[in-house]
Amino acid sequence: MSEAITERTLTEQLRDLSSGEYSSRDLTEAYLQRIEYSSGINAFITVSAEQAIKAADRADERRAAGETAPLLGAPIAHKDIFCEKGVRTSAGSKMLDNFISPYDATVVSKLRDAGAVSIGKTNMDEFAMGSSNEASFYGPVKNPWNTERVPGGSSGGSAAAVAASLCSAATGTDTGGSIRQPAAFCGITGLKPTYGRISRWGMIAYASSLDQAGPMARCAEDCALLLTHMAGPDQRDSTSSSEAIEDYSIALKSGISGMKIGICREFMEGLDSDVAAILDNCRTVLSDLGAEFREVSLPNSHLAIPAYYVIAPAECSANLSRYDGVRFGYRCEGPENLEDLYKRSRSESFGREVKNRIMVGAFALSAGYYDAYYRKAQQIRRLIKQDFEQVLGEVDMILGPTTPGPAFRLGEKVDDAKSMYLQDIYTISANLAGLPALSMPAGFTEAMPIGAQLIGNYFCEAKILKAAHQYQQVTDWHKKKPVVEKAS
Amino acid sequence: MSSDWEVVIGLEIHVQLSTRSKIFSGSSTAFGAAPNTQASAVDLGLPGVLPAVNEAVFPKAVAFGLAIGATIGQRSCFDRKNYFYPDLPKGYQITQMDEPIVLGGSVDISLRDGSSKTIRVTRAHLEEDAGKSLHEDFHGMTGIDLNRAGTPLLEIVSEPDMRSAEEAVAYARTIHQLVTYLSVSDGNMAEGSLRCDANVSLRKQGEQEYGTRTETKNVNSFRFLEQAIRHEISRQKEILESGGRVAQETRLYDPVRDETRPMRSKETATDYRYFPEPDLLPVIIDEAFINRVREAMPELPTEKKQRYTEKWQLPEADAALISSDLGLATYFEACVASCDDPILSANWVRGELLGSLNRDDLAIEDSPLSAEALGQTILRIKDGTISGKIAKTVFTALWEGKAASADEYIEAEGLVQVSDTGELEPIIDKIIADNPKQVEQYRNGKTKLLGFFVGQVMKETGGKANPQQVNELVRGKLG
Amino acid sequence: MTNEIAVTEEVVSNVAELAQLRVAEEDLEILTAGMNNILELANQMQSIDTSGVTPVSNPLDATQRLRTDEVTETDQHELYQSIAPETEGGLYLVPRVVE
Repeated sequence: MSEAITERTLTEQLRDLSSGEYSSRDLTEAYLQRIEYSSGINAFITVSAEQAIKAADRADERRAAGETAPLLGAPIAHKDIFCEKGVRTSAGSKMLDNFISPYDATVVSKLRDAGAVSIGKTNMDEFAMGSSNEASFYGPVKNPWNTERVPGGSSGGSAAAVAASLCSAATGTDTGGSIRQPAAFCGITGLKPTYGRISRWGMIAYASSLDQAGPMARCAEDCALLLTHMAGPDQRDSTSSSEAIEDYSIALKSGISGMKIGICREFMEGLDSDVAAILDNCRTVLSDLGAEFREVSLPNSHLAIPAYYVIAPAECSANLSRYDGVRFGYRCEGPENLEDLYKRSRSESFGREVKNRIMVGAFALSAGYYDAYYRKAQQIRRLIKQDFEQVLGEVDMILGPTTPGPAFRLGEKVDDAKSMYLQDIYTISANLAGLPALSMPAGFTEAMPIGAQLIGNYFCEAKILKAAHQYQQVTDWHKKKPVVEKAS
Repeated sequence: MSSDWEVVIGLEIHVQLSTRSKIFSGSSTAFGAAPNTQASAVDLGLPGVLPAVNEAVFPKAVAFGLAIGATIGQRSCFDRKNYFYPDLPKGYQITQMDEPIVLGGSVDISLRDGSSKTIRVTRAHLEEDAGKSLHEDFHGMTGIDLNRAGTPLLEIVSEPDMRSAEEAVAYARTIHQLVTYLSVSDGNMAEGSLRCDANVSLRKQGEQEYGTRTETKNVNSFRFLEQAIRHEISRQKEILESGGRVAQETRLYDPVRDETRPMRSKETATDYRYFPEPDLLPVIIDEAFINRVREAMPELPTEKKQRYTEKWQLPEADAALISSDLGLATYFEACVASCDDPILSANWVRGELLGSLNRDDLAIEDSPLSAEALGQTILRIKDGTISGKIAKTVFTALWEGKAASADEYIEAEGLVQVSDTGELEPIIDKIIADNPKQVEQYRNGKTKLLGFFVGQVMKETGGKANPQQVNELVRGKLG
Repeated sequence: MTNEIAVTEEVVSNVAELAQLRVAEEDLEILTAGMNNILELANQMQSIDTSGVTPVSNPLDATQRLRTDEVTETDQHELYQSIAPETEGGLYLVPRVVE
């Protein structure tokens, strides 16, 4: 093999494993070494080395015994928002620094059942609130393409780990762009499926009506494979959909000739010229593959950020009330009384951004403001959803930017919250509408990767994965890899 | 003085729904388990857990709604009610705010003076119970048991239609009767299956505006409810009559001291910030579902009472007493089915049976004497095999388990009533011969002495003689 | 409704009470500014007429699935309490609560 085994795609590795090119143990150890080597990236909060090697050995034994499983022996990293039994699950917060999960998230158990090896838990913005990964109790993640830049967030650890070849693939979650934005910043492919496509059981909640898990990998083909084994209804999650799942890998194979793709006027207005040029290239490639383009309009898209910054904080203000220092997690030293226990445990262990959002949410739900904020935002959400329903009645998907520009510098936006919030301007509306959306590498600017986003109709993950896969058959942006220096 | 004030009472009754598992998790709802052994990841509010709704709560809530003539919400939605308290693991309670399952309806209550009154129900909604705080001393700390957290409740909110503690208790009893009848709840108040919050306020007679109310929380017996309300009325009256103002607050009733006192915690945050629970979706309750529930509903107490008085000619009091308890009514009806005599059945159920149950402190379900066995005993009275008096002996024997059936015992003990004239006549003749003095007095007009002769015959026959027949024979012979 | 809803430090203190967060005097200003940053974005909605628009509470507008009434959970209190800050006799302990 000309390239390192760690740099091959998940699909290729599984082929190699089954043909005996190398073992799961070889692959796992290679990744563990790279994780060690690249520790300066700070992609992981917890590396489960021992557990991973045992699981790899078991996978090798199973394979030797003639058993097969779709992901048998593939080392996968989980965003540290997914509960994994017996493993610390911190959600990037001091609050859960001591939380050893007593149970498994459905995503974790499904991937394990499919044969995957869990190699560790990736770094993230605290409770998934952030767009740069600088809001982690465990310190910021560095972008493998340029360690002075952010990897994006909140699934920045997962994106950096995939980009730096520290695992075969990773899981992420996306509430306002938290899979797609870091995928774009790190030059990988990330999919946020339809809301309800993947169970949220065991996935630590930020904003329940927006949160959705998804795969983050080198290419659309890997994402399709992972999605097949992550998706499906779950009795434990009432919001998970019973809509039939497909074998997304099979769905990739056919061409995209005749596929109708919309270019959203509102997304292109005022777009950075480099990003616009990259998107234009992307459009040309897809056109050459037979796709038909037309301009579409999402007139309420400018309201997505305002609505999001009410809905998400409101839901998070309630979701984070369970962190009270009573049953698990951080408890302050020597509480004087109950109120002191609550207030100090929470205040000493939540970071600034989490507190901001809890406060905004509590305010938006408080007496006299509910209608003006929360109800209003959910109405705006209806308008945004209706815009999409109309457009997706005419086209199969929408092509647009994932982010306004390339990864910004660490610290650049830490004190400029508003500018940070605008990072998600192109991604948030898919969360509000609950639509599937994918980011794929489409070019470079300032020597940093840029992502193109495809937004599809409800439960049409197969279509956007197919478009991305066909694109990746004729381009090599997704094959570019950063050179990571050894941690000092 | 007291007539200056009008008392206004509304009740919020929390009824624990009798399900096997909790409303949002698969944990057991069984009472009395060791602390936290029935608190699952969901009940503890661990990070990442989600609620999953128990289907069994819906037919129960709908049955209650139908029984009180309410509107059933076709779209039943859950909301989060936010507040911090150690027995509330998630920091919010999942309840129903805007779209409850039961809207409106009313119940009729009967009062001691024989009058009745209609009390309107505002709404009834589904929600999860909280856990329990144990204030015994754990080195100056409070212990939290979350076994009860997530137990399904139906909170029934009344309009402020009650005007006295008596009415409030009658209303609470009626609700209790209804929910136990419908198997909505086991109604076990000692285990907290039915708890009342009483909103009490006073206003000057004739005034339109309500006075400031207090809410007395978590009263778990009818006696305490009556005491708590009476106490609260006199406390408020005292305040108002001395020119003071009642503070709007939440109070706790202390049955030991028979007083209410303000709660010091929990209510500091009164802004509950309700919003739709995003982890749950609307539950659609369609006509077909409502009809299925309606068809499966048992006859309600008021309907039973009416049937007893109209069809079976039971006295009003008997009908009311028997229909008030589903177990008793079921027993009674089974008894009637086996002896076909509602009046005699009612007499025996009300008399011997209830008396024995009370004496032995047994529930009707635990009666050692089955309804069929009682029915058979009654049949033997009706067909003249035994007298009413002997029947009591039979009842006692069966109660004590001395025989499996009335017939077996009657046979074994030779209790068959003597109705054979040939057998009775010599006995009567002998008694007449032995008591010449009484015979003379009788014949001189002291006919009351008939009872003396009959009594003697009964004594001689060990109670087995048919009293009616003896009567006739004695009267004939004494001429 | 105007676009001008902004919170004052007093409102922030009250909300902190609801959210059970302790805000030190010196942090109040930062937190107020932080909240106003978000609210400034949120206030952009206020000029939009949404009368008659049904709010979305679930993006799929789906309806609830129900669970059979069965006990499926077993006693795992030892496991759950192994990660608890303070327990005794199977109970979670908190500073004394006076009702």
